[in-house]
Amino acid sequence: MPEPVGFFTDTSICIGCKACEVACKEWNQLPGNTPKFLDSFDNTGQLDAENWRHVKFIDLVPEAPIVAGNGSAWLLMADICKHCTHASCMEVCPTDAIIKTEYNTIYIQQDACNGCRDCISACPYGAIGFNERTGTVGKCTMCYDRLQADMTPACAKACPTQSIQYGTLTELHQKADARLATLKAQGYEKAELYGRDDSVYGGLGAFFLLMDKPEVYGLPNAANAGLPSRNNFGGYVNAFIVAALGVFAGMVAFRKRSPGEPDAGAPATGGAR
Amino acid sequence: MAEHFVQPPHWEWYIVSYFFLAGLAGGSYTLATMLRLWGSPRDEGTARMAFLVAFPLVVVCGIFLTIDLGQPLRFWHMLINTTPGVGGVNFKYWSPISIGSWALLIFGVFSFVSFLETLGYLRPIGRVNEIIGSIVALFLASYTGVVLSVSNQPVWSDSYAIGGLFVASALSASAALLSWLSTYRSDAASAEPTEQRLETADGYFVVLELLMIAAFFMTLSTAGTIGRMLSGPWLILWILVLVSLIPPLLSLAGRRTTALSGIGSAVVVLVGVFLLRFVVIFGAQF
Repeated sequence: MPEPVGFFTDTSICIGCKACEVACKEWNQLPGNTPKFLDSFDNTGQLDAENWRHVKFIDLVPEAPIVAGNGSAWLLMADICKHCTHASCMEVCPTDAIIKTEYNTIYIQQDACNGCRDCISACPYGAIGFNERTGTVGKCTMCYDRLQADMTPACAKACPTQSIQYGTLTELHQKADARLATLKAQGYEKAELYGRDDSVYGGLGAFFLLMDKPEVYGLPNAANAGLPSRNNFGGYVNAFIVAALGVFAGMVAFRKRSPGEPDAGAPATGGAR
Repeated sequence: MAEHFVQPPHWEWYIVSYFFLAGLAGGSYTLATMLRLWGSPRDEGTARMAFLVAFPLVVVCGIFLTIDLGQPLRFWHMLINTTPGVGGVNFKYWSPISIGSWALLIFGVFSFVSFLETLGYLRPIGRVNEIIGSIVALFLASYTGVVLSVSNQPVWSDSYAIGGLFVASALSASAALLSWLSTYRSDAASAEPTEQRLETADGYFVVLELLMIAAFFMTLSTAGTIGRMLSGPWLILWILVLVSLIPPLLSLAGRRTTALSGIGSAVVVLVGVFLLRFVVIFGAQF
């Protein structure tokens, strides 16, 4: 069994070049959506079945003129499927099309998926999208075919600043800890690692070094990182109680009789035509 | 406030229709069983109608659910695991959509048996069949709401009350439908007590539905997502849903009016229950 692998995405050195997006599409033969003119340099919009890497441009340009020392104007982040240890998508998938590979990555078997899309409403990162061409859902495979050939995934290979690093999780954790320590020493107090430990979804196969709080990047923080199954108990108990009350209400209503009406057990008199 | 960054699954008209018809099928079957258990012999005609309605409805449910899939011909993957080297059946008790697929199949069998029995093609099997079928039917009418709750979608995952809301409204819609259908019985003249019993039951179901609507909004309020459900067109739809509850409530209060009885009342209730599912499903996604 190979050692678990993953991505360490250091957002502090992402320059928003989108080489990762292009490399991903090239390797995985994703035609992409029609480019959109959005409110920044972003022209892909979000992760979906055609965008397995998406560079987020988070606009923090202050109202006041930018001067030295009053903060950064943009946060950049090459977003991707997080390959969660406890994956919401895999939890709900009724066909078991979503599996964990020998590399500890989350993979959607295209020939097993029937396109029910339950995983889309479960993924807390919006990383999965429905593919109209195939009728199935799609997301990053961490270049499973390249991993099998002992090659680095396309996005990490193409990243010119090494913002995206690929390797074994043990090795990446060490690199991330060292980088965080460096940034802290340089005064970046808000810098933090996201998904390095098990506080979100048991730890992430694709984890990040962030320069602000997770929610600024559109990532649920530890308090909000819940699996869909957390609502099973409440949902079923509520439904059961209401169903039981409904049966009781029906019993009360149906036992009422008009004057002179026979009770149950007497011969039936009516019928459906 | 809960923070969600989920994309919508684009569950649209087929799913709304499936949720609505699954509620009607399950509700009708359950009410038929209850009429046989606790009703008068005069209710038998309506009970038979309900069994005749439940099976065709569940067939249509299966069709809607299948054509909503991106790969409809792989509908059976819900039940059979096609992962190489794994095989066997797919049953994940922690995934409502997985249990629901089995419930739909099992209810299909029960409703088919009752359908044949009602038509006289099968000898009566007995109440046990109907009681077990009704338990599955109630599950079918409610699990659709639990599917929504068991997600990370804003609004849906913020409330545990959607399953209860759907089963209460399913029973209400079914009572309205059966009350209306009773007017077409061959012995329509003697069906009035049945209609009255169904209308009384509908009043009770609507009270339950109102309580669940209140619980739904309370949970959304706690999560901070209530604004999303009450913005733009959704507010108007919620008002229409509430208006649709008026006829059964008036009937329960003994103030049944000609304009709001019979087919008029049934249509208002059925449209209201459909709108309820529409607003819950579409309102959270768009």
